[in-house]
Amino acid sequence: MKAMTGPKEHPLDIYLRAERLPHIWCPGCGIGIILNSFFRGLMESKLDLDKVVMVSGIGCTGRAAGYVNLDSFHTTHGRAIPFATGMKLANPELKVVVFSGDGDLFAIGGNHFIHAARRNIDMTVICVNNFNYGMTGGQLGSTTPLGARTTTSRTGSIEQPMNIPYLAAASGAVYVARWTAAHVGKLERTITEALLKKGFSLVEVISPCPTYYGRMNKQAAGLEQMRYYRDNSVIKHGIDPKHAAIEYQGEIIVGKFVDIERPYLPYPQDREWQINLR
Amino acid sequence: MADKFEIRICGFGGQGVILAGFILGQAAAIFKGQDAVFIQDYGPEARGGACRADVVISDQRVLYPYITNPSLLIVMSQVAYDKFSSQSDNDTLLIVDEDLVEVGAARWKRVLSIPATRMAEELGRVAVANIVMLGFVTAVTRVVSVEEMKQSVQASVPKGTEELNMRAFESGYAYGLEKLQFRPEQE
Amino acid sequence: MTEDGCLVGEFFFSGNEACTEGAISAGCRFFGGYPITPSTEIAERMSERLPEVGGAFIQMEDEIASMAAILGASWGGVKAMTATSGPGFSLMMENIGLGLMTETPCVVVNMQRAGPSTGLPTLTGQGDMMQARWGSHGCYGIIALSPDSPQELFDLTVKAFNLSETYRLPVLVMSEAAVGHMYEKVVIPPPGEIEVVHRRKPTVPPEKYLPFKPDADLVPPMANAGEGYHFHVTGLTHDERGYPASSVEVQDKLVRRLVDKVYKNADKIIEVEEDRVDDAEVVVCAYGISARVSRIAIEHARDMGIRAGLLRLITVWPFPEARVRDIARQVKAFIVPEINYGQIALEVERCAGGAARTILVPHMGGGVHNPETILDVIRQAVR
Repeated sequence: MKAMTGPKEHPLDIYLRAERLPHIWCPGCGIGIILNSFFRGLMESKLDLDKVVMVSGIGCTGRAAGYVNLDSFHTTHGRAIPFATGMKLANPELKVVVFSGDGDLFAIGGNHFIHAARRNIDMTVICVNNFNYGMTGGQLGSTTPLGARTTTSRTGSIEQPMNIPYLAAASGAVYVARWTAAHVGKLERTITEALLKKGFSLVEVISPCPTYYGRMNKQAAGLEQMRYYRDNSVIKHGIDPKHAAIEYQGEIIVGKFVDIERPYLPYPQDREWQINLR
Repeated sequence: MADKFEIRICGFGGQGVILAGFILGQAAAIFKGQDAVFIQDYGPEARGGACRADVVISDQRVLYPYITNPSLLIVMSQVAYDKFSSQSDNDTLLIVDEDLVEVGAARWKRVLSIPATRMAEELGRVAVANIVMLGFVTAVTRVVSVEEMKQSVQASVPKGTEELNMRAFESGYAYGLEKLQFRPEQE
Repeated sequence: MTEDGCLVGEFFFSGNEACTEGAISAGCRFFGGYPITPSTEIAERMSERLPEVGGAFIQMEDEIASMAAILGASWGGVKAMTATSGPGFSLMMENIGLGLMTETPCVVVNMQRAGPSTGLPTLTGQGDMMQARWGSHGCYGIIALSPDSPQELFDLTVKAFNLSETYRLPVLVMSEAAVGHMYEKVVIPPPGEIEVVHRRKPTVPPEKYLPFKPDADLVPPMANAGEGYHFHVTGLTHDERGYPASSVEVQDKLVRRLVDKVYKNADKIIEVEEDRVDDAEVVVCAYGISARVSRIAIEHARDMGIRAGLLRLITVWPFPEARVRDIARQVKAFIVPEINYGQIALEVERCAGGAARTILVPHMGGGVHNPETILDVIRQAVR
């Protein structure tokens, strides 16, 4: 019988490597909230946890794999998706989730993202987008909005940022959605859907980085960024993601943009299928 | 290294020169049981320009797999002749497709020729010129036996083309035997 | 062909074909690769053969992805391989490091061509031998094998898989265009006669499993993803639980073991071939195609009354230091022909430690030594 005095067990405890806490993320960071939504979405999916694998790359979000109580792989910078591709093709009964940041997935790893989406590899990619490189101290990224200040764009970025849902849809992803860290309930439901979707699913989650991006852009507290998301997010399900570009301090279009069906890899029972073709 | 037999087959891309080299090497290595190495010429010039296949056969292990002076030079195009003939000395036996190669003056002591491509056309497929040539080479050199070469051809040509290729081989072989009647000094 | 799709018998195969069949016979069931001359035929053949044996083939978007994919596949529980050449080998280096740090069994075949950079894509070279040893950043032990014929490409590809599964690391087959593109007779024995090794599995229940706690041979048993162990794997310096640990003590314990698991098992790993070394006054130390043509020079030298011998490095890394040190006490000189301007010669010279001279016989990339050149150096060495 359990002692009545100690701290009550949390329903999400089974998903965490509690012995690894405290985590490395800053106060006000959104990654913890998003990881929590992931756990709830995973619980709702009722997937067998022995068969769910998390693969991450390098960066603040890349550290998530180290805290989840799943088979989890913290790989090299940008290469989580090809690592996960090999694992999924080698053992199709695994549910492979790539959980990583915008710099990892879309700058250094951008080409791998395009090709995994094109092949429609059966995996779920969760991208935490905080508009900059947090781990290395707040540098310009491929998602930094035009005009935003970072430690390598002190007077404001002069580069056009990447529109992640648009790229994902153009590359062939069958499920594309975007939320912010302020949309926990919707994010949970989206993650459940994405996990159960056959084929390549992408969930982009806009996240506060008060320590760097926020401080450099007049939102020094995580709460201010969360308030900005709440006040400026516009839900537009089904919109063509080319209209979902993010402008500096502008509105953030969120929702589910793509949910289609097309053949994916590994093809169900692909081994017999391939042999029968011969 | 008198027991080492070096063969170069050359022509232009698409004539089946590389396959001919493979078949010859396989006949010696697998069906005759000698040591044989086959190396094909790689590179952009293998597609259209002069290409070559080199086979080295020996009773002992072939340690140096490259051709220094071919005992047998089989040429199926003029460009290949111009490019590769200078690497041979007077003792080389030269075999050419007589419609496609003009042999220079009195440079060669031993030359044999066959209209392999024309014969292949008469059989209905120009693509089997290489097999006509192999039949001829088998008849005039005995580098491997008829049976060994036939087995290697059968094992290497595309499925469904075995019969045509056997006819090509036989016609080249018969042409070779006929030639030998008039050239008894050939081995 | 056997019921499970393995070939048996005598074949007239190129080195690349033999390598592919070696992998299939060793149990390789995943290949991720990118086309590059002169290794491409391995990918082409794998794309046909793997579906026949229930395996998976994927052509990745580049060599970085190829290397990442085979690591993922290996953790998925399947023996995995990639094949490449110089430029692709350079791109694979970071993830080879991940494979070393995370102790992931897999095989990387490098059909060397002449570099640097794009170099001579279709022509042979041996210029990546030191890159094989030190190409990824940091300190580690590595295993690299060098075949001299298509038959040995078959045999050593099997061996590479066995070593990778035994010692849990990427094993490199450092072959060359000259061998990959050479056709010769290859004998493939029946499956029962080929030794095939599988990774050692944990014997404890998941809650007691420490994924990076080594056994006595310094190699930890390995669980695969999906088996219920819920383990963590990271390229960060990690403790026996697999958890990141930013401390110099953990770094020392882990990286020292990664080095030692190769060096302390070196006697079991290293394979060399010796020909008339016992009475030799000069020994040619060579590998791959260079060792093959060196035999002719040694034969001629013996005919001339020079006591020449051959030390052929089948295992190049770990380097057979002890044996070279021993031979150095007995010979006047080592002669090292290689298709580069001096790489393995540096190792020979280091191990000879001044007891015998080391004479490099360099050859430019693109071609193979003429045996006469090696003979000339042998003659000068004993003069």
